[in-house]
Amino acid sequence: MTLDVLYFAWLRERIGQPRERVETAATTVRDLIADLAARDDWHAAAFSDLSAIRCAVDQQLADLDSPLADAREVAFFPPMTGG
Amino acid sequence: MSARVHSAPFDLAAELAGFGSGAGAIVTFTGVVRDDTGALAALEIEHYPGMTERALSDYGRQAAERFALTDWRIVHRHGRLPVGDQIMMVATAARHRHAAFQAADYLMDWLKSRAPFWKREIGHDGAARWVDAKASDEDALARW
Repeated sequence: MTLDVLYFAWLRERIGQPRERVETAATTVRDLIADLAARDDWHAAAFSDLSAIRCAVDQQLADLDSPLADAREVAFFPPMTGG
Repeated sequence: MSARVHSAPFDLAAELAGFGSGAGAIVTFTGVVRDDTGALAALEIEHYPGMTERALSDYGRQAAERFALTDWRIVHRHGRLPVGDQIMMVATAARHRHAAFQAADYLMDWLKSRAPFWKREIGHDGAARWVDAKASDEDALARW
């Protein structure tokens, strides 16, 4: 499966790019994180503390155990600070 | 009934012209960049284009249903906002004040913790620091 993976705020800074296209066999968000963290030291550092990571699957907020199913876009970011 | 995200300033009076026509109660909230220590020059607000608009519209519709709003509006800015600038506003219109107040409070709690914005503080010395989410904001959501 090919996914567009997006990063925001300090995750974007740590990984060094705002988005990347990823080929993965992951079936859940958590599996995808494991794939990404294995890519290089920057990814590993960015994903080292999962309690600080929030995510969205196809622009809907999701949990780490959410299925990827037919997802096209997955985003990772720190807890939101709107308002 | 609308949600907008943009970098340009907004004019509260213009936003409210014609808003909530026929309602008995209109509540507005405006968030402003504040400087508690004298060290802050500006906030830089990043967001997730596409998802942000969708999330704000969803929360607006949820508030409208839950509090029987007759109108609602959310405007949220992104980009670099100097101290004193307006960051965002919500307006809610209902038959009675209780629903309008509650809906505005509800929307603010959702926007704080569940709308894809990230604030970064920029100091007068140019130093940048991401703002941490507050546990109290997360707790506030549990009220609803």
